[in-house]
Amino acid sequence: MSVFSSKNFKLLTGPLNFQNPVTVQILGICSALAVTVKLKPAIVMGLSVLVVTAISNLVISLLRNYIPSRIRIIVQLVIVATMVILVDQVLRAFVYDVSKQLSVYVGLIITNCIIMGRLEAYAMANKPWPSFVDGVGNGAGYAIILIMVAFVRELFGSGTLFGFQVVPKAFYEFGYVNNGMMIMPTMALILVGCIIWIQRSFNKDLIEKD
Amino acid sequence: MKNFSNTYIFIFSAVMVVIVALLLSTAALQLKPFQDKNIEVEKKQNILGSIRITSTPVDAVDLYAKYITSSFVVNNKGEKLEGEDAFSIDIKKELSKPAADRKLPVYVGTLDNGTNAYVMPVRGKGLWGPIWGYVSLKPDMNTIYGVVFDHQGETPGLGAEIATEFFQTPFIDKQLFKDSTEFVSIKVLKGGAPEGDMHSVDAISGGTITSKALEEMLDTCLVQYKTFYIQNRQ
Repeated sequence: MSVFSSKNFKLLTGPLNFQNPVTVQILGICSALAVTVKLKPAIVMGLSVLVVTAISNLVISLLRNYIPSRIRIIVQLVIVATMVILVDQVLRAFVYDVSKQLSVYVGLIITNCIIMGRLEAYAMANKPWPSFVDGVGNGAGYAIILIMVAFVRELFGSGTLFGFQVVPKAFYEFGYVNNGMMIMPTMALILVGCIIWIQRSFNKDLIEKD
Repeated sequence: MKNFSNTYIFIFSAVMVVIVALLLSTAALQLKPFQDKNIEVEKKQNILGSIRITSTPVDAVDLYAKYITSSFVVNNKGEKLEGEDAFSIDIKKELSKPAADRKLPVYVGTLDNGTNAYVMPVRGKGLWGPIWGYVSLKPDMNTIYGVVFDHQGETPGLGAEIATEFFQTPFIDKQLFKDSTEFVSIKVLKGGAPEGDMHSVDAISGGTITSKALEEMLDTCLVQYKTFYIQNRQ
């Protein structure tokens, strides 16, 4: 199998759209609500999840024939927890301000259903390279939704992007105000809902039959 | 999937745990210096913030060296303790000791106009976790020059507002002593501080518990310096 055969390519692109973990499988919503007020933490969170899914998928897949099935969930959790702690330590050392904003949510990546879901459903039964690609794909699928939501929330909630003012000062003088609702987690849920709606109106296959 | 024996499962778990432990402790040791550096820079930024100097993580160390000209440690009788490093004192630990044994750090900032500002750290319990900050006083040891507050996990939009300028600015020029004798600290009043009152500021709507906690933090932490303030008035 070549490095990027069409099958592997699907593993990478599927989660971005038809198999998206957030909008189609509705997993990992909790953190998607919490860290999407600003773009920068959303991107860092997305990348962290991507790294954790990719590497734990790879490790589990390498070990898949040696993991006793009776304790496989424990083994998976230990691997995921190790990765998450490593990511947390690295964030604390090199992007301290973002790590402060993400606070407990980095630790909570451990409980992100996307990761355990991929380990159980994919990495336990597939070869290392496809598993790694599957992890990257799903991590990216999660990240892209976070970034979309954070873009809208930061633009309308704070009038900035990446912390830079983009809504001109003149607008405020004419009575424009930032939408306080956008700062609230509720709005993130509504935005995720809107993304799901738009996605399904383009891909009728995703709509449930009944 | 193969059926593994119990012995295999035990060995597998043991080996896995040892490898994971080695990996994590190596990472923690290697990254510790960087993390400590970040925490130190943040502390310097906070101290600078309390004397109303804005800094970025990049220039904080230089600005700190420029503006914070000295620091020392006192006890609650206002006596200077020799041989102590103010910067390395852990306020959390000090607050758990009996009042007479506590080491109280004071940082002296020299402002651009040549006058001094005296910075004291404060720490307390918020609604969800610790809250802390730095308060700077003018040389009369009574009037507040500036404050900085921060928190670990207060409610965003409510208690977390203590870390914003909108909450902190009203503290400027308030006074700790009533008629320069009675220590009254600064009250954080629900419903708003009376116009012109020198000893209170507005609380945060919806952040009552955090506001109260902040009031208590200021009182318990600053009253320890009372004798020091009285002795060193200029």
